[in-house]
Amino acid sequence: MASAETDGNVDARWAALQSTVEAAQSAGDNAWMLVSAALVLMMTGPGLALFYGGLVRKKNVLATMMQSFIMMALATVLWAVVGYSLAFGEGNMFIGDLRYAFLNGVGSEPNPDYSATIPQQTFMVFQLMFAIITPALITGAFAERMKFSAMLLFMTLWLLLVYFPMAHMVWGKGGLLNAFSGGRVPCFDFAGGTVVHITSGVSALVCAVYLGRRKGYPGETMKPHSLVLSVIGACLLWVGWFGFNAGSALSSSALASSAFVATHFGAAAATLGWVIAEWIKSGKPSVLGAVSGAVAGLVAITPAAGFVTPLSALVIGFAAGVVCYFMVTSVKRRFGYDDSLDAFGVHGAGGTLGAILTGVFATSLVNDGLKDASGNPVALGWVDGNAAQVINQSLGVVIAWVLAIVGTLVILKICDILVGLRVHPLHETEGLDLSLHGEEAYNFEA
Amino acid sequence: MKKVEAIIQPFKLEDVKDALKAIGVDGMTVTEVRGHGRQKGHKEVYRGQEYHVDLLPKIKLEMVICDNRLEEVLRTVTHAARTGKIGDGKLFVYDVTDAIRIRNDDRGEAAL
Repeated sequence: MASAETDGNVDARWAALQSTVEAAQSAGDNAWMLVSAALVLMMTGPGLALFYGGLVRKKNVLATMMQSFIMMALATVLWAVVGYSLAFGEGNMFIGDLRYAFLNGVGSEPNPDYSATIPQQTFMVFQLMFAIITPALITGAFAERMKFSAMLLFMTLWLLLVYFPMAHMVWGKGGLLNAFSGGRVPCFDFAGGTVVHITSGVSALVCAVYLGRRKGYPGETMKPHSLVLSVIGACLLWVGWFGFNAGSALSSSALASSAFVATHFGAAAATLGWVIAEWIKSGKPSVLGAVSGAVAGLVAITPAAGFVTPLSALVIGFAAGVVCYFMVTSVKRRFGYDDSLDAFGVHGAGGTLGAILTGVFATSLVNDGLKDASGNPVALGWVDGNAAQVINQSLGVVIAWVLAIVGTLVILKICDILVGLRVHPLHETEGLDLSLHGEEAYNFEA
Repeated sequence: MKKVEAIIQPFKLEDVKDALKAIGVDGMTVTEVRGHGRQKGHKEVYRGQEYHVDLLPKIKLEMVICDNRLEEVLRTVTHAARTGKIGDGKLFVYDVTDAIRIRNDDRGEAAL
């Protein structure tokens, strides 16, 4: 009798202890994930707004910043209505269903399909920040010439037809490319090399070609009006990227640390890669080159962070710095498209390179999340002896490219017919700040 | 009264101001301007896009002085602003017909 009582007591205390430990882990994970969500939002505003805003001419700085800022509102509302559900509802292998429409059932309980230790609300709001920055990245390609109304319509349709399906395919339960959920084509994309950077970068190229060049390009002076703003913006992007990549561990774990370190090393090596290439090629190491290199490295390490060692991150970053430098200089000049702020040259090219190199450098030493039947970690990339992963990654890249090209072309056509894409040539000359928004950035009288 | 308009190198502004102060010329208006004479411009490169910049940053100093101080002021400014290299700038001298101090209606040289 006495012994049974003691046993019961031990069981109860054991259960209490276990739930205390779980609560502590949940609190730790949730704290990091909320901070990460805020860091990713900071990448769009003010990070990207400043980075892009500094690169345009004085008469277009507010309009350019607005294109980033308004995504913080537009994508959020869309996310609440259907976006989260289409991306992360179970659905089929291409798109989610409507089970979470209007955030139905998305509350404090974790969703173990994605993250067992944090409230689903935290997961939802963290993923939302990606849906904000991805379309904002595209705006660099059509800067200084697109109508605001056309941009709003374009972005709404683009999120629905390109981003939500792509996010579902790569990260959603049962998605076609989701290596961790039995996807038909198992791809590794830790934080969005395909979902974020290839879709936005390739769509950006389509936009630049479809809309045509800015009036007077090339030939007229279109110097960045304030590289100071761009440097500040790039630094905020770099810091925010820790939330983007390390947060994609979805926990405050050793994997998050690994992704954090890879992110930082990738950015550093890419900065040097770009600067060295530019110094050799054009004689001077420019500040714009240094910060562009950092962003290129952050882009390329995005799919790989959480799968690769710090030394692999250095290699990936350095390669991205050099490749993206040649993309925005030689390749852009050769083909003559006006990707005004190099959304394709940095995000499309860097994202593609990073996605493929992830197949080379991914290793189970860093990420043992995939186990075989007997519970041993499976070989991930080429360095683990699984060369075929490079093929899988390439298939994922092709799917992302095709979806981005076809989706963006269709959407541009629709927007062109409904509202027209470009501002009136006189308004383009006058500047979008005044003609679209009725404001000026730098006022003489004030 | 004469108006002296001096276009000088930006980095020479402090020297010129100090030299003018030393001879008792206090009033002046300074503007940041861009321009070029015989000086060639320079090349700027932004992500591989090259621009030739031939309007270079200069400082424009304007001061109105009494006729009898003209030569002294011109000498002081040229001396202080000179490096001997191309791009040092130029001085222009104009006749001024009148001057008014807004605060108290002083006219002519009394307003300087």
